Amino acid sequence: MAVRPTQLRRALLQSPSRLRQTAPNTIQHPELQHLLSAAPSAFSSACPFSSTITTRTQNTPDYAVPNPSRPTHFGFQTVTEAEKVERVATVFTSVAESYDRMNDLMSFGWHRIWKDYFVTSLNPGFSPLTSGLDPRAPQHILDIAGGTGDIAFRMLQTAHVVNGNPDVRVTISDINPAMLTVGKQRSTLLPASQQAALSFVEANAEDLTRTAPLSPPGTRTPAPTSTIPDASVDLYTVAFGIRNFSNIPAALREAYRVLKPGGVFACLEFSKADAHPLLNTLYKEWSFRAIPLIGQLVAGDRDSYQYLVESIEKFPSQAEFRDMIVDAGFVVGGQGYEDLTGGVAAIHKGMKPRV
Amino acid sequence: MGVAIRRSVGLAGLAGRSAHTLRPCIAIASLPSPLNQQYSAPSRPPPNYPGHVPLNRLEKAALAIGSGLMSLRDPRRGDLIAAFAEATATPYFIYRLQDAMLASPTGRRILRDRPRITSTSLNLPYLRALAPNTVGRTYIDWLDREGVSPDTRAAVRYIDDAECAYVMQRYRECHDFYHALTGLPVVREGEVALKAFEFANTLLPMTGLSVFAAATLKAPERRRFVGTYLPWAVRNGLRAREVINVYWEEELETDVDELRRRLGVEAPPDLRAIRKAEREERRRKAAEGGV
Repeated sequence: MAVRPTQLRRALLQSPSRLRQTAPNTIQHPELQHLLSAAPSAFSSACPFSSTITTRTQNTPDYAVPNPSRPTHFGFQTVTEAEKVERVATVFTSVAESYDRMNDLMSFGWHRIWKDYFVTSLNPGFSPLTSGLDPRAPQHILDIAGGTGDIAFRMLQTAHVVNGNPDVRVTISDINPAMLTVGKQRSTLLPASQQAALSFVEANAEDLTRTAPLSPPGTRTPAPTSTIPDASVDLYTVAFGIRNFSNIPAALREAYRVLKPGGVFACLEFSKADAHPLLNTLYKEWSFRAIPLIGQLVAGDRDSYQYLVESIEKFPSQAEFRDMIVDAGFVVGGQGYEDLTGGVAAIHKGMKPRV
Repeated sequence: MGVAIRRSVGLAGLAGRSAHTLRPCIAIASLPSPLNQQYSAPSRPPPNYPGHVPLNRLEKAALAIGSGLMSLRDPRRGDLIAAFAEATATPYFIYRLQDAMLASPTGRRILRDRPRITSTSLNLPYLRALAPNTVGRTYIDWLDREGVSPDTRAAVRYIDDAECAYVMQRYRECHDFYHALTGLPVVREGEVALKAFEFANTLLPMTGLSVFAAATLKAPERRRFVGTYLPWAVRNGLRAREVINVYWEEELETDVDELRRRLGVEAPPDLRAIRKAEREERRRKAAEGGV
């Protein structure tokens, strides 16, 4: 089916020239200055997973092709896509050790409820379209930006234990080795059968053709040696990660590529609570005043948490993100998203069409 | 069934459709782009200097309480001690210190020149080559003995006035010089004693409140603190001239005893030597007891 350009796509195609007129980068803190001083080409050679692909298929629009010098946002600042990769890497390497404790402090433990609900609603391990009476078919789950493993561990618990389906394997992919290392350490507490079904890879979600197994801590990431093939994943999940990507449309198209027809894309992410003004005001005050303060006290890093709350602010609304998912080729049901806690978080789901 | 499947539709499909598909105007107007920022985030006043984070009173109070409690629990969190100093310095105390600097000719010169103390601004090999009893040599000997570097000081972020922020930064960077001047080591006992001296001299609340960390010292250390070092600190801090006004970069070749005399500071008993003697005494007793 030939897809004609939507209004959204036309507007996005117009945006690069407008963005070139934006103000130069504003540095919030002098210590972060050095991150912006290197040229983009230096970044792409330093980071093995920076995207240097300039063309994809003929149908891929420009904005969905990663371009290291295209402007994007890093919190409230304007940076290029290559710079954003580096700065996000710094943020998450810095917060990796205290990531789980900070999540509990920032959301009063409520992130656990969201993640439980997310996984339960996806019900991994249960394949109702399997021929025959037994709904337990092999499944491959890809958890993107899954660093510390919260979603992956819940997937394994639901699939192996609750649904009694041992043929479910989970690949945790993250661009940041520090986060993956924390996840690997936590995974040692899992039962052996679940650990055997788990694998850790370092990859940039915008280009899953270049993946590498997790490098030991303290060593440099090796050059990518493996790939995630087309149509090899039954369930692609990304929880609280996609807002940190430099190019979300590119990541959505990679998701489309790796999913099997009939496979499900599911995203749990912070979203807009505008529908409830009082809750929204309290939420924003908490986000912008208390969370950087807690980051300073607990993790000794105010700037990373300031970036995290700003990135929540910059992430598109529920409907806009749904439109981006649809634009990437997925089909969605109903509204395409489900609000959690009044819109503070939202689950977006899409399916790769079978035809 | 009432299940609506949404697919990507062409422009032609936009006419005569349900309310759930794309609405072009809103799609453009709410682009996730830096140009179209519809902030609903609380706004802060603009920063007065690079790195400045203007906090409101509630945030400052929360930072003061949080950093105070957490640095009491873990005094190795220098960044929290620094934040505690900044959060408690206003309304009155940092302005008093700024006035003390403005009242002295040397202080005024420091405020005009705004020198910074880092391992690059000080020529460390040159300091090592100085004569033994000079300020500079005492300082570098102290740095080497304690294994610290001048670069470990966090930048000031929470003080609103730019000049007062520099005053706080100067105090923070001169802290190691105060160690060298008094000879107190970086162990908890030494730090608490120095903080007591600094409180008596600069009147910054963080220094005074840090003296409560003496409660976390071991009993013999606490006795020594209360008996010897606290009286020394109060006596010398009160009678000495403002140490914030010392232009350290110009005093590097001065004889350290002459500087102490000029400032009105007497050196306290050598804490490292006392602790070492006590450790050896304990070891000797343990060896004797074992025999």
